[in-house]
Order: sequence, then C-alpha cells, then structure tokens
Amino acid sequence: MNGEKRILLEYADKINPEKAEDYIKVGGYKGLEKARKMKPKQIIEEVKKSKLRGRGGAGFSTGMKWSFVPEHAPVKYVVCNLDEGEPGTYKDRIICEKNAQALLEGMAICALAIGAKKGYIYCRGEYPHIVRLLNNAIESAKKAGVLEDFDIEVRMGAGAYVCGEETALIESIEGKRGEPRFKPPFPGVEGLWGVPTVVNNVETFACIPYILTHGAEWFASIGAPDYPGTKVLTLTGDINNPTYFEVPTDYLLSDVIYKLGGGIKGGRKLKAVQVGGSSGAFIPPENIHTSIDFDSMSRIGASLGSGAVFVLDETRDIVDVATRIAKFFEHESCGKCNPCREGTFRMYEMMQRINAGRGSEEDLENILVLSRVMQKASLCGLGQAAPIPIETTIKHFREDYMRKLM
Amino acid sequence: MITLTIDGKRVTVPKGTSLLDACRIAGADIPTLCHDPELSLAGSCRMCVVEVAGRRNLIASCVTPAEEGMQVETESEAVIEARRIILELLLARHKLECHVCERDGDCKLQDYCYRYGVKDSRFKGEEPHFYKEDPNPFIERDYDKCIMCTKCIRACAEITGAFAINLKNRGHNAVISTAFDLGLKDSTCVFCGQCIMVCPVGSLVSKVEKGRGRTYQTEKVRTVCTYCGTGCTLELKVLNDRVVGVNSIRDEKLSPANRGALCVKGRFGWDFIDSPERLKEPLVRKNGELMPVSWEEALDYTAKRLKEVKEKWGSDSIAVFTSARTTNEENYLLQKLARAVIGTNNIDHCARL
Amino acid sequence: MTNSIKDLEEEAEVIFLIGTNTTENHPVIGYKIRQNVLKRGAKLIVADPRRIELADLAEVYLPFKPGTDIMLINAMMHVIIKENLLDKEFIEKRTEGFEEVKEIVEKYTPELAARICGVPAEDIVKAARIYAEADKAAICYAMGVTQHSKGTDNVKAICNLAMLTGNIGKPGSGVNPLRGQNNVQGACDMGGLPDVYPGYQKVEIEENRSKFEKAWGVKLPDRKGLTLTEAINAALEGKIKALYIMGENPMLSDPDSHHVEEALDNLEFLVVQDIFLTETAAKADVVLPGVSFAEKDGTFTNTERRVQRVRKAVNPRGNAKPDWQILCEVATRLGYPMSYQSPEEIFEEIRSLTPSYAGITYKRIEETGIQWPCPDTDHPGTPILHKEKFVRGRGKFHPVEYREAAEMPDDEYPLILTTGRNLYHYHTGTMTRRVAAIDQHKPHNEVEIHPRTAQLYGIKDGDMVRLSTRRGSIKLKARITENIKEGVVFTTFHFGEAAANHLTNASALDPVAKIPEFKVAAARIEKI
Repeated sequence: MNGEKRILLEYADKINPEKAEDYIKVGGYKGLEKARKMKPKQIIEEVKKSKLRGRGGAGFSTGMKWSFVPEHAPVKYVVCNLDEGEPGTYKDRIICEKNAQALLEGMAICALAIGAKKGYIYCRGEYPHIVRLLNNAIESAKKAGVLEDFDIEVRMGAGAYVCGEETALIESIEGKRGEPRFKPPFPGVEGLWGVPTVVNNVETFACIPYILTHGAEWFASIGAPDYPGTKVLTLTGDINNPTYFEVPTDYLLSDVIYKLGGGIKGGRKLKAVQVGGSSGAFIPPENIHTSIDFDSMSRIGASLGSGAVFVLDETRDIVDVATRIAKFFEHESCGKCNPCREGTFRMYEMMQRINAGRGSEEDLENILVLSRVMQKASLCGLGQAAPIPIETTIKHFREDYMRKLM
Repeated sequence: MITLTIDGKRVTVPKGTSLLDACRIAGADIPTLCHDPELSLAGSCRMCVVEVAGRRNLIASCVTPAEEGMQVETESEAVIEARRIILELLLARHKLECHVCERDGDCKLQDYCYRYGVKDSRFKGEEPHFYKEDPNPFIERDYDKCIMCTKCIRACAEITGAFAINLKNRGHNAVISTAFDLGLKDSTCVFCGQCIMVCPVGSLVSKVEKGRGRTYQTEKVRTVCTYCGTGCTLELKVLNDRVVGVNSIRDEKLSPANRGALCVKGRFGWDFIDSPERLKEPLVRKNGELMPVSWEEALDYTAKRLKEVKEKWGSDSIAVFTSARTTNEENYLLQKLARAVIGTNNIDHCARL
Repeated sequence: MTNSIKDLEEEAEVIFLIGTNTTENHPVIGYKIRQNVLKRGAKLIVADPRRIELADLAEVYLPFKPGTDIMLINAMMHVIIKENLLDKEFIEKRTEGFEEVKEIVEKYTPELAARICGVPAEDIVKAARIYAEADKAAICYAMGVTQHSKGTDNVKAICNLAMLTGNIGKPGSGVNPLRGQNNVQGACDMGGLPDVYPGYQKVEIEENRSKFEKAWGVKLPDRKGLTLTEAINAALEGKIKALYIMGENPMLSDPDSHHVEEALDNLEFLVVQDIFLTETAAKADVVLPGVSFAEKDGTFTNTERRVQRVRKAVNPRGNAKPDWQILCEVATRLGYPMSYQSPEEIFEEIRSLTPSYAGITYKRIEETGIQWPCPDTDHPGTPILHKEKFVRGRGKFHPVEYREAAEMPDDEYPLILTTGRNLYHYHTGTMTRRVAAIDQHKPHNEVEIHPRTAQLYGIKDGDMVRLSTRRGSIKLKARITENIKEGVVFTTFHFGEAAANHLTNASALDPVAKIPEFKVAAARIEKI
C-alpha cells in the first residue's frame, strides 16, 4: 500500500457515475436519506462537528458557511463550483468521472440543511463531457426519485479563471461579465440573484454524504485533526507517476512526491514543488517534509489550495517558470481592481525583462513592493494570490534571479 | 449605534455606516477614485484602503461596513505604500499631458499624486496605447487617460438609464466600450454627458468646450437651463465675458430639479449665445429692408407707431405676445405694458404650442 | 404639476404616461422615471401612438390612435367603477359631481374603446387595474394630451381619473403636466394670458381689476383679450393692426404657417424683440435685440412651480439690451415711465400683487428655489398641491364625452399626421439650430413612418418624400420605424426648411384653451 485512503474514490471505475442505481448499490444516497429525517439545524451541526473545511482552497469551515444562511429567506440556492481553473488541477473532474452521484447527494443534503430547492453546478467550459455526464447523472437521480423536489441545473463557464472565485462565478451564472463582487455581503447572505447562496467546491460537496452516512466523528478522526478527511491530489511535472491520488490529510508532501509520485523523473534532484495550482507558493526541497493539510502548509508559507502538486527538477529554469505564471495571471486578471489589473500586467513586463536578461536589481525590488501591495490591496483572491509564486521563487531562489540580471 | 476607533479617535456612527463615511466623520481625508455617493459601489480603485487591526489585508473602506470596536488606521505605512503603488500603476497607463489637458487643476489623479508625492511611475513599460477616435460632436473619450474607475458606466446606467457603455476585454486590456464597439452615435447614448460629469480625470471631456478654458481659469455662474420646463440647475463657465462651458451641480440643495443630471441640450447646447448670427443692433425697416439703427431711433419709432395705431384703431387693435423663454420679471413687465400702457388684454404666449 | 419631479423618482409606485415622450422632451424627468422603475420597481403605463423609449419598460403599453384620449380614459374609469377599485372615501369627502361622471362612463366599455382606440380591451382593463390598485399613482402628460381640438376635455378626463382613485394631494400621485418650455409656467403665472393678471387673478372680476388699477395707477380694460391663435386670425381679418412679439416665433410655432404669414403681412406694424433674426423677426418693421438667459438676471418658474434664480453670466452681446430694460424704455416712451433698477425690484412688485408668490424673495431662493404657492416669507413653499382641499374647495368631476378629431383621414388624405419635438432640438430651433454640435448631429427633419405604411407608398428608409395636408406640403427624409402606429406619421417643427406647421390645422382650436390640434391632421405622403 502506498498510504492512499479512498473514500470519495473508493468505487472509482467500479460503478457508472451516471447511474444512481449503481451508486445506491454501494451505499449511496444513505446520507441523504438520513438527512431527510433530521432537522436542518442538526444537519449543519453534524457537518460542523465533522470539521470539514472547504476543499476549493480557502479552507473555511463548511458547517459554519452553511450556518450563515438566514433561516427565513424565502428563496435560497446551492451552487457547486466546478470551474477548476487552477492549472494542473483536475481532481474535480476525476471526482465527477468516478463518483458524480456523491456530488449530487452532497448538494441535496446542503439544500435540505439551508432550505433550498434549486442548485446550480458551474462547470468549467473545457469540460463539455462532464456537462453531459452530470446531466445524465441528474436525470438518473431524478428518475430514481432520490432528489425529490430538489432541482439541479448545470451551467457552463467560458474559460475565465476568475470565475472560479465564488462571487465572479455567481455573476457569470447570472449572465454577467465574470467579475468578483466585494464582500461583505457574503454569498451566504446575498448571493445568486441577490438571495442567500451556499457555494462549495465539488470535493467539499462529495464529502458530505460520507459524513452523514458514517457520522461526523468518523470523518473527524481521519487525517489531520484540524483539517480532517481525505484530499484528492493531482500530480504533474517532472514526476514518475503523474496521476491522481486520494490521501488522508496528514499525509506528508515528501511522501506524495517520492511514494505516490515515484520520485523525480530520470532520478534527478528536486528543484521545487508548487502546491495548490498556479497561485500556490513554491516550496524548496528543505520544506517538503510537511503534512499536506491546510494549516501545516500555511506554516511553511504555502497553501494546499486545490491540491495540485507541480514538481520541478533541478534542470528547470525557475525564473522562466515564474515568468510563464506571471503571463497566466496577466491574461486572467478580470480588470476590475487597480492593483490586479495593472499589477499583473506590470509584473509580467518586469518578469519578462528579467527572464530575458534585461532586468535589474531595481526590477526585483519593484516586484517585491508590487507583490506586497497586490496581496494586501487587491479585491479578490486572484490579485491577492497572483504574486505569491513570484514572491516565493524570489525568496527561495534569489540566486537564480541574480544570475539573470544585467 | 456602533463605536470604533479611527486614527486614535473614538467615533460613534449608526449601524450600517460604511467605513469610508465613518472615517470621514472622524475627520480622515480618504482618497477615492471609483466611489460616488449617488452610484452603486464598485470597490475597485482600492485608493480608499485602510488598515484594520487584526485583518491580514488592507480593507477597502467604501465597501466595508463599520463594525463595533474596529481599530482603524487611515494613513499607516502599509496604506500609504498601497496608495502610492496604485497611483504609480495608474500613471504608467495614463497619458501624461497635463499641460494640454482640459482637466488640469481639476483632476483627482493629479491631486492624489501631489498628495502622496508620486512624481513618476516605477512601473513604466508599455506606453498608453488605447486611443481611438469616437466620431460624434459631443463627447471625447481619451482611453489613454482612463483610469478604469467605471463611474461613467454606472452613471450611464444609474442616472440616465441609457446603458450605452460597458466593459470590453479583460485585465489591462479592459476598456470601456459601446455594444459591438460601434461608437456612441450607433449606441443607445443620448449624449447627456453624465459620463463627463463623473469622470475624475481628463478621460471624458466635452468636445464643445475643448480648448476654451480650464476650470480654474473660469468664473462659474449658477443659473437655470434655458430649454424645457424641467428647470435644471447648471453652472455657466465664463472666461473673458464669454460662456465657454457648462458644469453640473450635484448638490440637491443647489440643484433640486436635476441633482446635476442634464440632457444634450443643457450640457452641449450653449454656444448659440455667441453665435455670429446674434442680433447686436436694433433694426428698422427702411425701403423694405431692415437696417441697423440706434436704440434711440428704434425705440422712438416703435413708440410712435404704436401710439398711431392705438389712436387710430383703439387699444384692442394691438396684440402682444410675451414669451415662455424670458424671465418672470420680463413677462410681468410686458403684460403690464399691454394692460396698463397700451390698454388691452390682448396678451398671450406660446404656452399652447 | 400638482406634485414634484422628485416624487416621480422616489415616491410614485405607478406612473401613467399619456401623451408625453418624456425621455426626449423632458429628458431629465425621463431619467428619473426610468430609475424609479429600475431601482424601486415602479410600474409604468404608457399610452402613446408612438412607441416611445419608456414603453420598453412599461407593464402595459397602449398604442392608441391619436385623438382618442377621452375614449381611452373613460374606458379605464368604466373598469375602475365596475370593478369597485375607486376611492370611495376620497370621492365622498373631497369631490363633487361623481354621479354624473359615473353615468357617462357607463357606455365606455373596454370593448368599445378597443375598437375606437385600436388597442386590445384587455390591455385597457389591465392599465385601469394597475393604476387604480396602486397606493400612489401619478399621471404625467404633455402636449400629446393638450394639443387637440378637445385638449381641455382631455385634461378634464385625466383629472376625473385621478380623483376617482384618490390620486391627488399625496406624495407620488397627482396630475402632472410636464411643461415644455423653461418659463412657460412663469409666463402663465405672470399673467401672460388674455384673461388673467399675475397669479391667475381674473381680469373680468372687478375686485382684481381695481387692485391692479390702484397698483399701476391707470384704468384697465375690463374684458378679456384674444389668445395668440385668435390674435393671428384677427390680424388676418384686419382687426388686429399692430403686434408686439417678444421671444416668440409664430412663423414656425403656430399652425398653418401660410395662414400666419398672411396674418403678419396684413399688419400695419410688427415689432419683434428677439436674440436672432427668426422667421418672424424677418417680417418685422422693428427688430429689438434682446439677450439670452446668460446675459441677464431674473427668475424662471419650472414645471413643478419652483421659482428659481437666473443669473447674468456675461454682458449683452453687441448693443443688445436685457429684455426688461427694453420694455421699460418702450413703456416710458409710450407715456408710462418705468424706471426699475433691477429685476429684483420688478420681482418685489410681482410678489406684492401675486399672492402665490408673496413669500418668495431673491434672498430666499438664492440657494434653493421655492415652489408656489408661498403666501408669506415664513412659508416653505408647496411641493404638493390640493393636499387638504382643492383651491375651489371640493374637486369637481367634469363629465366629458369622446368626439372625433376635427380632421379625420379620408380617401384624399388617408394618414394621420402628428407633430412634436425630438431630443436634440428645441421648439422652433432658434437656439439649437445655431448650436454647432447639435445641428451637426441632427441637421435634417425626418418623418417617421411604419414599415407597412411605407410599403404601401413604396417608400424606403432614407427616401425623400413629400408630406402634404390640406394646408400645404413639405419635403423631408423618411425614417421607417416600427415605433409608430400604422397609418400615423410623425414629424417635428424644429426645422424652418421643412416646417411641420406648414401642414397643421389652424382652424381646429380647442374651444376653451384655443389650443391648436397639432397632434391630428389628415395627411398624405408620396415618394419624390
């Protein structure tokens, strides 16, 4: 055994994710059945007790999030974030491909808990086959009668990274330009079409049925005590075994690379690893003996984020990689707030200069100042996180930069 | 009511007050570019950020409600650094031609750069490159001065309701555009110029006013529009005894009918005042042609002829048309003239036309 | 307006627009109505033969045939009475004459109105319900209602509708004529009318007359005078020999320009005081150069009865003089010395003789204008009229019957011509045609035609056409648009070179207000 623990993916490739009956056969929709016998508050209490935290990247307590929804609002929505725009991340796709019914069940349980009758799944535009899969899965669940009066609609994104941000996603569902809203008000109070809305990631929702079925204590006992459960990770880069895994959250990053990943390609040395997608920090080899859970990652100045693990070997030009990432954010900034719109653009300009050997030490200093301001003053997570990969590469690999300066 | 501490000063404000308003109540001067009390909140310029104890990030005060017990610093080191950097980022995309800009001396970007000592931008790279001519006779939009505050978009939608403009493209390449980029003439624009009214910099200017005088050079005279009956307050800008432009006044007390909103006629329709066709001398018909004469001659002749008609045919053979475009005082005088001087009630005006 | 402009933005829950193309003719009021709909969810009812912009936001749009206003409104009242949506308490306590109106509207069924007005009966019912069921419903109208041979009756019908539902004397309600000219309200207030002194004090009431005789120190005529349209007719008949015109351009603004021209030619003496050599001034014996609003002090009174200060910004151009000074000079030369030193001095005299203006002073309106009536200097002004009671005590219902317009389409002139303004130009274009930017943007007159009507005459968008009535014809460009009812054509009167008033009917006047029927004339159109 490589130490994987499969909960969400236990029946991967053993059941047809489109078919509700297949899922029911392996114990599916038991959680929903249980939830129907509970009061909404009890469901939320159970989720709180499980200590489940959002799997989209922010790591906020799911039960808390649900509890913010005002009880008496006449209309509420459940929204699933399947935008999955972080480069190198494909765990939500995998969860849908292997266990879509768990997502539907999780959303239905959430709907019971907050009193919603309608759910939306916002699917990444590059996943048309997932849209088909989900529509079939919904159809099948409806036929099986398990969703009762809860309706789920799949909406498709158009490729904007920012629409993974929950408020931009809401704007996009409403048919508007994908731009984040300022918070407060949070979606729990004023979300889709101006009414209370819970937005959770696919993986978060998919955990819910198992919590209800097996109990909060069971879930809370798995993995890291403050970020319990499992996490689906996706490995990319210079790694022998670039695929997905589901591990308990106290799994070590070094084990992800060397056990699950089978080590660096060609037996080369590790240069750095980036966790959480393009907006994640770069981690130098000396810090990889850390548990992958949210808090442990924070302690080394990184974030678990979406759970993408991007491995670079010693031959890679880290400045070049960082420049490409800067280009990505320059391209994906929506343009709403000044620090991000102009910051990502100028950041890329400076990075290009440095990468091409035309940069100066002053550029490097300017990048660090800009990076600080973007993180502190940008409107949404995109602008706040965009400079992190640049900043962390300068911090850990300054000599690589110095070599490229004029 | 809630109490919070701003720059060491305790202030008590009603629940629901924005942090921006609370700061201002506390006497802090918070810079803003995208905030407008009459428009929906954008929270996008980030100039109004302040530091709140216990918060990891800086807080945009315009979109954040004041909370009980908040400890706020409005000019901390981090706040000043953020504002400077934001200004430098804006300067890097802003065509710096203050010496020929209509809004020189009346520009928020200029004011804030002055305030924070921002002489130049460390982020200069690709120059401003968005310029595109919009062929219409009223509104000029210089994209290379645009700071993307989006107030024009919101004013267009939320004051006028024309919905003529919105954002196109993303990131640094985002620009304000009409549908299908067709230009204002082929959009739903009604050329009210509310966009010019709210623009904090020189990106939107009146083509009619261009080059005729800057705000600080002109004297402003508050008056009422001369067109329809709405009674919009406006301010005439005067330079060297000529009207060179029109300003809005957004204070409801001074501008009760319109709160600064105007239409195309009010904002752009003032240059008839100095039309070369204006009548500048009295004219009297001589040998079938209208000839310029002195006031004495014209007035004497008028009085003489009116007297003759009155004597010959009686007071009621004269009629007087007063004017829905002249002042109350003049209307009063002319009806008095008809009734008390000529001796007829044959007075009317075009109220019905 | 019985109410204030602000009410339309912030108070009214329903706004019934009839005969007002608000966004073009009163743009700023149009913005406010639109924002009320967008931000506060106010409901709009739009009745207009043209699909005006605000029709897009309307709950009900009634594209009714020009001249059928009374039919439409009486039918709405029919529905309100039948469905018991009326305000019984208001009718009982505040009004009189309801029974007569009730009797008359009995026969105005929505089905009958549907046939005459050319709109679906269910839309009339829907409009009636929306209007009657609202707590605060305002009616706005403009020249689309008044410029008819029965304009006065149209207004009475509107007042009946408002009283029937108690929509008078409270915020967000009222009967709100939107007045088309900067100081048309003031010109009326100041007694620029043949039957009243300032403040609507009737000239034929002796008490009023002696008050003014005492104030002005002369004997005053005791019979009311001629209206503008009557005076033009009288000039043609040789009864009016001399005409003094200040700031008016009847050659373009009055119906049937040929008729006006003949009348002016028939005068012994014509003096015109204006800022440009208008079509009318060109015919004068004496032209006195007055000044624009920017060159003088004074006051204008807006459509919500707000008296506001006009301030001098620049000196008179050339040797022109402020109009008040010219009038003083003329009066003095006619043997009645006038020596006012300033408009403020004139205003002081106005308020001493005009009870509704008595409390207004230049000092009080330095910042914010005051809405009359304002009887004394402690009075804050009156944003809403008829709050506790009507001026006459009880509000009177005036039963009015539908009659056809004076000139209906026939075989020779099969279309209905209706006239008005557009957003860019103002009235006879004296000012706006001389604003370079505006004239560049809208240099030509156009006639709006429905595509099916256009097809009937083989007219395409942009074609030059000849538009004719019994009075004459003009050449102008055709604009094909679905925003106008089939069989109706629309054009503006801003353009001297293609003047709508060559075509309009001067013989059809409202019997009371003497307002011409600008909104209905039989016409024909052909491609040239």
